[in-house]
Amino acid sequence: MATVSNLREVSVGELAFSLKRTIETAFGLVRVRGELSGLKRAASGHVYFALKDDAAVLDAVAWRGTAARFAFRPEDGLEVVCTGKLTTYPGRSRYQIVVERMEPAGAGALMALFEERKRRLEAEGLFDPARKRPLPYLPETIGIVTSPTGAVIRDILHRLAERFPRRVVVWPVLVQGEGAAEQVAAAIRGFDALPRGGPIPRPDLLIVARGGGAVEDLWAFNEEAVARAAASCRIPLISAVGHETDTTLIDFVADRRAPTPTAAAEIAVPVRRDLLLQTGGLGERLLHGVGRLLKDQRRHVDALGRGLTDPRHAVTLAAQRLDDQSERLERASSLRLERLGGRLGQAALGLRPPRQTLAEARLRLEARAGALADLARDRLARAEFRLGRTADLERLHGMTEARLAAARAAFDARAGLLESLGPGQVLARGYAIVRSADTGDLLPSAEAALAEAAYEIRFHDGVVRARRDGKAEPGQGRLFDA
Amino acid sequence: MSEQRPFRGLAEDPAPAPAGDGDATDAMTFEAAMAELESLVQKLERGQLSLEQSITAYERGTRLRRHCEAKLEAARLRVEAIAFDKSGEPRLEPFATE
Repeated sequence: MATVSNLREVSVGELAFSLKRTIETAFGLVRVRGELSGLKRAASGHVYFALKDDAAVLDAVAWRGTAARFAFRPEDGLEVVCTGKLTTYPGRSRYQIVVERMEPAGAGALMALFEERKRRLEAEGLFDPARKRPLPYLPETIGIVTSPTGAVIRDILHRLAERFPRRVVVWPVLVQGEGAAEQVAAAIRGFDALPRGGPIPRPDLLIVARGGGAVEDLWAFNEEAVARAAASCRIPLISAVGHETDTTLIDFVADRRAPTPTAAAEIAVPVRRDLLLQTGGLGERLLHGVGRLLKDQRRHVDALGRGLTDPRHAVTLAAQRLDDQSERLERASSLRLERLGGRLGQAALGLRPPRQTLAEARLRLEARAGALADLARDRLARAEFRLGRTADLERLHGMTEARLAAARAAFDARAGLLESLGPGQVLARGYAIVRSADTGDLLPSAEAALAEAAYEIRFHDGVVRARRDGKAEPGQGRLFDA
Repeated sequence: MSEQRPFRGLAEDPAPAPAGDGDATDAMTFEAAMAELESLVQKLERGQLSLEQSITAYERGTRLRRHCEAKLEAARLRVEAIAFDKSGEPRLEPFATE
């Protein structure tokens, strides 16, 4: 009992503050390595967490000003090395480290975190090639999420101006440190939320860019929030973070990954000068193509024009047949002449006058030739009018007219000849046509006439009716047999 | 830098021009107009069109070419930046590179 009373009695507060002084003096600044756990960001901006390893747990706090200076965003599971002062928190009987600097425990620590995250997002299907949107061939407006200062935005704008100047909207963001990831994610979502036709043009292509740097510097683009914002963005997105060898999480979800910001500009727009050459070339091929086709068509129409002489050939052929017949007619015996005359008479009564037939045929021919010429003229005129060339057309028109006139003249000549050989002329020379008064049949022989009682005899100037009063006198027939 | 970028077909275009509407070039994307122009030129060069069709193709092609060239002429670098007003609404302000 006495030993107990020998100890000086102290209050809880005295002890706690004595302890605090001892710890702060004895340890001062320490560097401690451990895994981050239970990380919380308070509304005040202070960050509370614990460092742990297999054996122990150490409470830690990073005041707002310090946390904002971290090169990367600390998160649970990350192995870090913290530098800070040990102190106690008398109110809760606790000791803790007030962190002044924090760095990842080597690049390996960050890479392990990156790989874990990548596996997780990949398992969700966010890297699926089927999710990737095609980039517009020629975007009208390009949205760029990057730092408003520095070489990156300058390089991109410079390369855009060189290739194909466009309208550009820059969404300025922090690209490293505390808050960078949130800003980048918010900018991507902000662009995606812009309505079409609003006061701020909705880009049809996004570039998310940052220049090269250490892994920690690029860390914002490995944040899940950024990757998810890029994955859900409906505007096609090109990621261009760091150098060619740097790969960040946003590269896997972007629709295209550019190795550098300058390359992003090259992917974004084609070279205007090349396109001008291409359109010019297509325009010339178009003109050349239609020109050649018109030449072909003109040759075709010319061939059709020559085809219009066919009716004349037909008339020539008919005329030849007529010539042939008339020669044979003249050379024929009187009997054959009579028979021919008889047949002609029959034909004359059964047929319409050839002049009329010819006239009708000529009218039809003229109408068709006219329509054909009109059609050809019309098609050509339209084609020529469009091309502003009419000289060839007029030449063709003149040729067609000349051919038609020649055909018409040939017709008239043949029509006269046909008329001169008609049955009317034969009758005028003294022949007559004898028909049965009863049936109207032609009676080409005495034998046929014997079978009839009454006749109708057609002379060139009229018809006489007669009756048979006796038998046939065969002697009479000899005249015709000669 | 002068790589040939293939034009995607009309079917894949987000806003294809309605077929047969001769004057619907204004709303066409550069790419769609270029693709149609290319296909018209090819048809014309293969000589498979009638006179009327080829003249129609020529007229349409000429319109498409003008449309493409107008798009190529409208090439101006205009850079603006997003800024936020007091209520947190985004607005545009001129962007100056140093």
